[in-house]
Amino acid sequence: MTNYANLDRDERDALETPAATVYHPAPAGQTVKVSVKDVAVTYGGKAALYKVGMEIPDRSVTACIGPSGCGKSTFLRCINRMNDTIDNARVTGSIRIDGQEVNDRAVDPVVLRARVGMVFQKPNPFPKTIYENIAYGPRIHGLAANREELDQIVETSLKKAGLWQEVADRLTAPGTSLSGGQQQRLVIARAIAVNPEVILMDEPCSALDPIATARVEELIDELRENYALIIVTHSMAQAARVSQMTAFFHLGSLVEYGPTEEIFTNPRDQRTQDYITGRFG
Amino acid sequence: MSRDTRTIRDAVEARLAKRHRAEKRFQFYGLSAIALAVGFLALLLISIIGQSVTAFSAHRITLPVTLEAGLVDPAGDASEESLRRGQYNAAIQAALREQFPGVEDRTALRELFGLYSAVNAARLLNAVVEDPALVGETLDFTLPLGDDADLYLKGATVEESLRRGPAPLSITLEDGGARLSSDAAVFGDFAETVRRVAGARIDTALARAAAAEARAETLIDADEREILLAEAERARALAATLEARADGTNGLSPGAQTPSLLVRAAGGVFALDQIAPGAASARASVIVAPDAALTGPVSDWTLWELETPPAARLITDRQIAWTRTLEARGLIENGFNHWLFTNADSREPELAGILGALIGSILTMIVTMFLAVPIGVGAAIYLEEFAPKNRFTDFIEVNINNLAAVPSIVFGLLGLAVFINVFGMPRSAPLLGGMVLALMTLPTVIISSRAALKAVPPSIREAALGVGASRTQAVFHHVLPLAAPGILTGSIIGLAQALGETAPLLMIGMVAFIADPPSLGLSGFTEPATVMPVQIFLWSTGAERAFEARTAAAILILLFVMILFNAVAIYLRRRFERRW
Repeated sequence: MTNYANLDRDERDALETPAATVYHPAPAGQTVKVSVKDVAVTYGGKAALYKVGMEIPDRSVTACIGPSGCGKSTFLRCINRMNDTIDNARVTGSIRIDGQEVNDRAVDPVVLRARVGMVFQKPNPFPKTIYENIAYGPRIHGLAANREELDQIVETSLKKAGLWQEVADRLTAPGTSLSGGQQQRLVIARAIAVNPEVILMDEPCSALDPIATARVEELIDELRENYALIIVTHSMAQAARVSQMTAFFHLGSLVEYGPTEEIFTNPRDQRTQDYITGRFG
Repeated sequence: MSRDTRTIRDAVEARLAKRHRAEKRFQFYGLSAIALAVGFLALLLISIIGQSVTAFSAHRITLPVTLEAGLVDPAGDASEESLRRGQYNAAIQAALREQFPGVEDRTALRELFGLYSAVNAARLLNAVVEDPALVGETLDFTLPLGDDADLYLKGATVEESLRRGPAPLSITLEDGGARLSSDAAVFGDFAETVRRVAGARIDTALARAAAAEARAETLIDADEREILLAEAERARALAATLEARADGTNGLSPGAQTPSLLVRAAGGVFALDQIAPGAASARASVIVAPDAALTGPVSDWTLWELETPPAARLITDRQIAWTRTLEARGLIENGFNHWLFTNADSREPELAGILGALIGSILTMIVTMFLAVPIGVGAAIYLEEFAPKNRFTDFIEVNINNLAAVPSIVFGLLGLAVFINVFGMPRSAPLLGGMVLALMTLPTVIISSRAALKAVPPSIREAALGVGASRTQAVFHHVLPLAAPGILTGSIIGLAQALGETAPLLMIGMVAFIADPPSLGLSGFTEPATVMPVQIFLWSTGAERAFEARTAAAILILLFVMILFNAVAIYLRRRFERRW
């Protein structure tokens, strides 16, 4: 990981100044779902993310790309306050979802995480049945009044995640008995089940083979209809395939943010150009 | 380039052989360490099992006991109060005397009644109180044979040899004894043995005298020299006495230091008191009266030599003869020693059992479990999942780790100082023992539970938090079930450790002699009790030889309970284990 403390003062200032090539507000005709302003993160006094500002549109896929340790996962975890679980993490700045401040003390992270679902790098189904995996979220949030409704939610979620066909006859099988790709879709279904508005995905395909990856990408494309998706990926090809907006992070700061097409065809920052052409990263 | 490659390969190959050897050597060390450990374990088990064998069987004697109304029902109204004042031991004594009518002498009677312990009378009393109709009846009462006779019958304490009498023997009963005579020197071998033993003793005495005199020569201090010379004189006097006795002109007498000779003939048993010169005849005392009328010489008789001298055994010649006679009459039989499992501790080894300690251990373990497991697991969950990481929690963590290394007796002292002296809790009680052991077990439970919680992958926590579970929900719905097998194993290891603990319990009085098992109900927790390891400790210090085998048996039972404990742990672990 880059040691930010070792950077020159000038270099650091350069990163902190809003020099990033950011086109915002979001492209016309799209509503802003998540509005990020001056978000910075430190882990135990070490800066991991320098003042980031961007506006993420609703019903679209926003990809975060960048070399390892550039802060993209850290940024993602700010949005549903997952960084709260890390003891020495400090988050400053403002993140608003539909205008509501996320970092407000009054906001219960539990409620927030019901609104902002998350899918992790490695499929992490609960060591319980497939049914229980999906039903857990709705149950703790009291989304279903009775067994029928719960069954309905489970079925709908699995259908939305494109997994229903494969598991309909074995809902009582353990979630861990599925293949990697199926597990990842199960986890997506689990996130959908609590009816979120935003879905965060942290390298959702990095542990999957190309066929499973294709399946998940297809799913991401379908989910775009109803949710705002933010996805962290190491694969630029994937970013190009699934996303409408792309944010390039480097050394803890947002370098460039704009429509995917433009970022990939006509990057305005030299670092973005170097990265996407494979000169570093 | 090619030369470089070759030299590198040569160097690698040269090292390769060395590396292989090192690997082989290491494997050999590991294997021999395991073999050594297994060997010692096997040795330990074999020795314990070997020692305990005699404790699992017991000889019991069944006597037709007549419950005379005058003896057992002094008031004559068959009321419980009257029955409780009856002399039941006297009834048993009477039954035993009936077997050997010739025994009159007080010493002989004491020896006869030494074949069983008077404690058995309590069982007879209980039987009669339960069924007063038994008064006046004769019932077959079975009681364990005394430990000395029991060990003798098991061949553990007395070396003996039986030989057919070589020539016909005539027996004439005189007043208070008998004269045994034969044409041949039938007692010659035995006389030789007595003489040899006496000779050895004389040699020892003379050697001692010589040594004392030699030391006296070198000493200057007059007082010390006098003491030594007096000792030498005493040793010489002893040698002279022994020599006179062994000389045999007035007849040869076996003593406490020489083997004894019994003669079994015509259904009677005689003990040789003095062998006449020539070894063809001897004066003997009658232990068991012969049943047949003695007319003429007996050709079918047995020379019964007790090679272990009386001074080296706890059972007398007479008791040996009576025991064998009772056995021959079919009144003594060997069987499974159920008293070991149905009785609590007793001063009499044949009546001592493990039940009291077993119940004590169970009650103590219940208290320990209900205190140590919830508190320990709760503390582990808080420290691992909720506590902020700061100096204070670090301090607590270090102290928990230190507590795990504190000698257990310190916890016993704490129990004594705080629980007994400050809180005034009942001493020797399972409740108190359980609390002390819970304190001792807590660090183990906390450390192993934390390790189990830490082993749950963070992805599970993140998954739960990601769907909007609160921290508590994430812990109780997902982390705890996954950590349960590990927590369970740790807790059971802690409890097993507590089950085998003695030192802290000594401090709080659980080492007391408890003759009644604690009751199995709630009140049992505050009654005085002992636990299995303490029972083992107590028995291992018991004076009676029979406690030796019982100690080994108790160790085996404790080991069995431990294995049972661990088996349950493994079963539960398998049952709850889930993959992730």
